[in-house]
Amino acid sequence: MTSTHPAVELDGLTKTFGAVTAVDGLSLRVQPGEVVAFLGPNGAGKTTTIDMLLGLARPDAGTVRLLGGTPDDAVARGRVAAVLQTGGLLKDLTVGETVQMTGHFYRHTRPTAEVLERAGIADIADRVVGRCSGGQQQRLRFALALLPDPDLMVLDEPTTGMDVEGRRDFWQALRRDARAGRTVIFATHYLDEADAYADRIVLVRQGRVVADGTTAEIKNLAAGRTVRATLPGADQAALAALPGVDAVEVRGDSVLVRTGDSDAIARHLLTRTTARDVEITSRNLEDAFLALTTEHTGA
Amino acid sequence: MTTLPATPAATRTDRPDEPDRRLPALGGFAPAVLRIELRRVLRNRRTLAFTLIMPGFFFLIFGLPQGGQTLDNGRPVTAYVMISLAVYAAMVATTSAGGAVATERALGWSRQLRLTPLRPTAYVATKLITAMALGLLAVVVEFLVGAAAGVRVPAYVWLLAGLAAWLGSLVFAAFGLFVGYLVPAENVMQFIGPILAVLAMFGGLFVPLEVLPDVLQQVAKFTPVYGVGELSRAPLTGAGVSMAAVANVAFWALVFGVGAARLFRRDTARV
Repeated sequence: MTSTHPAVELDGLTKTFGAVTAVDGLSLRVQPGEVVAFLGPNGAGKTTTIDMLLGLARPDAGTVRLLGGTPDDAVARGRVAAVLQTGGLLKDLTVGETVQMTGHFYRHTRPTAEVLERAGIADIADRVVGRCSGGQQQRLRFALALLPDPDLMVLDEPTTGMDVEGRRDFWQALRRDARAGRTVIFATHYLDEADAYADRIVLVRQGRVVADGTTAEIKNLAAGRTVRATLPGADQAALAALPGVDAVEVRGDSVLVRTGDSDAIARHLLTRTTARDVEITSRNLEDAFLALTTEHTGA
Repeated sequence: MTTLPATPAATRTDRPDEPDRRLPALGGFAPAVLRIELRRVLRNRRTLAFTLIMPGFFFLIFGLPQGGQTLDNGRPVTAYVMISLAVYAAMVATTSAGGAVATERALGWSRQLRLTPLRPTAYVATKLITAMALGLLAVVVEFLVGAAAGVRVPAYVWLLAGLAAWLGSLVFAAFGLFVGYLVPAENVMQFIGPILAVLAMFGGLFVPLEVLPDVLQQVAKFTPVYGVGELSRAPLTGAGVSMAAVANVAFWALVFGVGAARLFRRDTARV
């Protein structure tokens, strides 16, 4: 981890498939050591972005830099490894043979026994891959990704199709492994996974980043309440200066105040201004997620 | 006297286990992987049945009954049958090993490989060598069955016929790769198998071409097994190496080799 380059630099990435724009000018910078959740609904462009990030797909526009170099170079040097949804395994090899074989493709790897252990599949090393459960196969993919001891680990919805217990085991294995300094990016559409395992959440919708912040910041987007009122000519700056106000948005004659103290704001609006039609709504992470990741209609 | 400049303090001693980030030698090609690949093909019962057991069995039921009969030059007919079946065994072996890329593409393994330093050419080289190793094994097993059943020919016939059958099967390793990159199917041999049998018929591997109608004999000369069959039996029959046979092998090697290379490039190109 002597490099001072960002682990990931995506700049204006764009990818279209026919009339569909899957990724739309997406830019993102990830520093070494960050654990980033790439959170968005199905079809948000997460997988396409990851494919371009890894050099599996060519962007129509924009650039990708991994650890200061090209994705191909990072892959060839074992600096980046990935657990993908679509990467297949050979059914006729055993778990151990799959790891051994893959290990020979690199200049240097961690020992087979060690990565099996870390992925939690040392006990099924002799099992033929075709007889492994989906969760076990996913952990095998994880073991393969651990082999080169990568600086950057990319996981695309790694727990899709796993049951609750399988998901928990998988994340525990990942967390146990998270050695100091390894950068991790994982795509997910599970809020709780992003919340539990990431330092930073990048929300994507329709191929764009719609919110990006620490887990706490993203949660704050959702925490508290929103006070909405009809208030022509609202003084946005004055409202924003009130204690406990996180954000103020003016839409025509309406004003929306996001706050941790909705009572005080409502009292202020009703007693000190000409506001009427005051509404107070609470928001949770789910709402924030939905609000940020679903298409606005009108407005 | 010279003064050495101070060495930078920040060497890599802080992380003695810093991974070696150099590129792998030979694009990731490794003999150890060949060993695993060979183990895989030898574990596959279907492959073993069609490349090692069936051709040997064919010899016992079609070759042995002709014991005592001789060719024009006095050599045993059983050797003629044995060599023909060795060519058949080798071509099925190399085609199925080359065609394994179809399975690996269908399963998504080739995509998984793109996330490793393994270069596509090193992957294809591994498949080719595995195919040729299985082809060699197929020839050796057929010859062992023949020898055990009493086929006796001079040493140079064993050697040259065996080499021709084996090296000629390179055409079919390329054919297997070609088909493997053409169709991503989990069991590509299910439809290649019958095609190979027809080609083997036209190559004179099951019955001598002379017994076929004249038109078919002429057509046969342009099919991909003809050249390999002729060249492999030449040391036995003493008929000499015909230019037609050599041209046939060269032509089909080129067709399948170039075809496989083009499809391979299409497969590894990015979308």
